[in-house]
Amino acid sequence: MTNDHEADAEETQPPDDERSREELADEEPSNEELNPERDERSREEPPAATRRDEVAFGSGIAPELASGASLDPTPADKSDPTPADKSVRAWKRLRRDKKSAGILIGVLTAILGFAIAVQVRSNSSSDSLSNAREDDLIRILDDQNARAERINQQIADLQATLDELQRSGNSDAVAQQQAERELQSLEVLLGTVPATGPGITADITDPQHKLKAEDLLDVVEELRGAGAESIQFGPVRVTTATSFTDRSGGVQVDGQQVSPPYRVLAIGDPKTLDTALNIPGGVAATARNAGGDAQIVEQQQVDITARSNVPSPKYAAPGGR
Amino acid sequence: MIAGLALAVGVIVGLVLRPTVPHWLEPYLPIAVVAALDAVFGGIRARLDGIFDSKVFVVSFVSNVVVAALIVFLGDKLGVGGQLSTAVVVVLGIRIFGNAAAIRRHVFRA
Repeated sequence: MTNDHEADAEETQPPDDERSREELADEEPSNEELNPERDERSREEPPAATRRDEVAFGSGIAPELASGASLDPTPADKSDPTPADKSVRAWKRLRRDKKSAGILIGVLTAILGFAIAVQVRSNSSSDSLSNAREDDLIRILDDQNARAERINQQIADLQATLDELQRSGNSDAVAQQQAERELQSLEVLLGTVPATGPGITADITDPQHKLKAEDLLDVVEELRGAGAESIQFGPVRVTTATSFTDRSGGVQVDGQQVSPPYRVLAIGDPKTLDTALNIPGGVAATARNAGGDAQIVEQQQVDITARSNVPSPKYAAPGGR
Repeated sequence: MIAGLALAVGVIVGLVLRPTVPHWLEPYLPIAVVAALDAVFGGIRARLDGIFDSKVFVVSFVSNVVVAALIVFLGDKLGVGGQLSTAVVVVLGIRIFGNAAAIRRHVFRA
């Protein structure tokens, strides 16, 4: 195939200037005229040559045969066609017979169309891996493995972050619970919420109104000293800021008038509180000296419902811990 | 004319029959298709140049396909099948572009 069209096309690659295109135009027809002829001749010649050789060879033995052959080569051609001759004749027929050539070309192009359709379809089918090359598959597998590794790494990182956040969340919750407990106990101690628990009730009578604020304050201080956690004096919740002041006809606690008999509720260890109020020279003795009495009863449950109003601090702010 | 008709018929038959590509043919079919396309473009160009020759077309078509498939087959055996099929596609693509340019000059005179 010295002169197939593609080869021609490539040799005379698109020159853009006019001149070379003209040259091309000049060249190509001549090529075209020459090529088929040359092609046929080159195909026909070798057999002819060999025949002549044979003839020449055989001429020594049978000159008349040789001369006959040389005179009329066509019959010999027909009687003894070599494979090359056959193909040459087939080509000749092809060229002569436009129809069969067209059919052959049609078949080829139909095959091409078929192949294109098949290939396009198989390529667009979802399972594109099935027709991938082995090394491509290995590469894809490597890629996927690397990707899986990356993603696993990401998962581990995120898991660690999640754990950390959960831990800190937990500790936050714990801290909050702690703070709430602290708040509650502080509220109880400050007296801003009702309180309940074991303790004592003390009923102090003072028919002659001889007990002064001082004496009543002693009651609270004895109770505090005995570890009372929450104290209610009459209707008033006793806090750190509670004041006892003498007034005519009674005592004011936190500005609230109280009059005997005084009822005192205290939450703490009942025995200790009882003992504290009953010590010699203590609250009970003072009450008795004043002509009254102190009835102290240990209780399993004392409910203190009075609440104090703690003013929010005006000057003090929480300092650094 | 016949060729275009046959191409359409082939595409339709391929779409209707929905055949699966045999496994051994899978690496070669795309290359063979590109090679055949190269031959077809060469033939169109030759027709426009007025030098079309049925024999040349048929032989170039078949030999293109066979040679392209052979190159890829050899490449597969040597372990460079992927690269070699890329090379074949590039070369054939260049030729198709060259022929397409020539066809364009014929058709549009530009």
